[in-house]
Amino acid sequence: MATVVRVRSLNARARSILLDVPGWPGHDAGQHVDVRLTAPDGYTAVRSYSIASATGGQQVELAVEELPNGEVSPYLTRELIVGDRIEVRGPVGGWFVWRPEQREPIQLLAGGSGVVPLVAIARSRSAALSAAPMQLLYSVRDPDSLLFGPELADLSAGDSLRVTYAYTRYAPAGYGRPPGRVDAKLIAAETLPVDSAPTCYVCGPTGFVETVATLLTDVGHDPARIRTERFGPTGGQR
Amino acid sequence: MNTDAFLDGNAAAGMLGELFAVEVTAAGAQCAHCGRVSVVAQARLYVDSPGVVGRCPSCEEVLFRMVRAPGRAWLDLRGVNYLEFALPEDG
Repeated sequence: MATVVRVRSLNARARSILLDVPGWPGHDAGQHVDVRLTAPDGYTAVRSYSIASATGGQQVELAVEELPNGEVSPYLTRELIVGDRIEVRGPVGGWFVWRPEQREPIQLLAGGSGVVPLVAIARSRSAALSAAPMQLLYSVRDPDSLLFGPELADLSAGDSLRVTYAYTRYAPAGYGRPPGRVDAKLIAAETLPVDSAPTCYVCGPTGFVETVATLLTDVGHDPARIRTERFGPTGGQR
Repeated sequence: MNTDAFLDGNAAAGMLGELFAVEVTAAGAQCAHCGRVSVVAQARLYVDSPGVVGRCPSCEEVLFRMVRAPGRAWLDLRGVNYLEFALPEDG
């Protein structure tokens, strides 16, 4: 069982939940946990949430965005308070991960709350003092929907993480590009070049991941170097 | 097939982790239908059913099916010829 030690808002619909997990074995950046909630009548619901915190320690930060009509997320974003105990299993996943011993350039591509495991990767790179070039292209609806905006600003200022925002609906005043979805032109201008052979991590809703993975292979990235993690409106497994 | 309705095999890591001592989603799986070897984490995972269904990212045939119920689990791997695991040299 994990104990909630801090909750804080990330935006109007999402919050960060910091958990203390006794016996936590440590995790790799990009992994997730399964959260299991059990109702008094024994009904259980399991959802996967990506870990936002860097590798190390026995505290784990999750970021949860409330889904309309969600079965689990409204409880986590509205009801859960410090001191509550919830059942978590993990860390799980051994593919969509970044480890500090990786030296190759890294291109991160996030759609919406798909940024969460990529924040863990950027934080872990910073914590490891890694010199691996890393860029993030973050597609987000509007400035109010950003997750970890201040943290990403810090990482880009101090650790040479290059962050490009692609606003799909509303862009802030003075932003150079009209709002729109990620396209081939943006991929060409704002991601690491193919000849630097980056490993690409793509995380977001299924439609975003499909589109971006196709754009990346179209410009010549090796499909074997593209790692994807899709999440659907179902929020994962039952 | 509704292509908006699937996740990656990554999302099955928790369930598979209950059954295996090693991380199965990082293993390679050869599709019994088309012969393509892909990482389990990159299977197309359909979760809108009583269990979960993993399909080959190449030919979309079923690789595995998994059902979890209180106190038991079923894992059907008939669509997989073999799984290939990376293990430590000394293992």
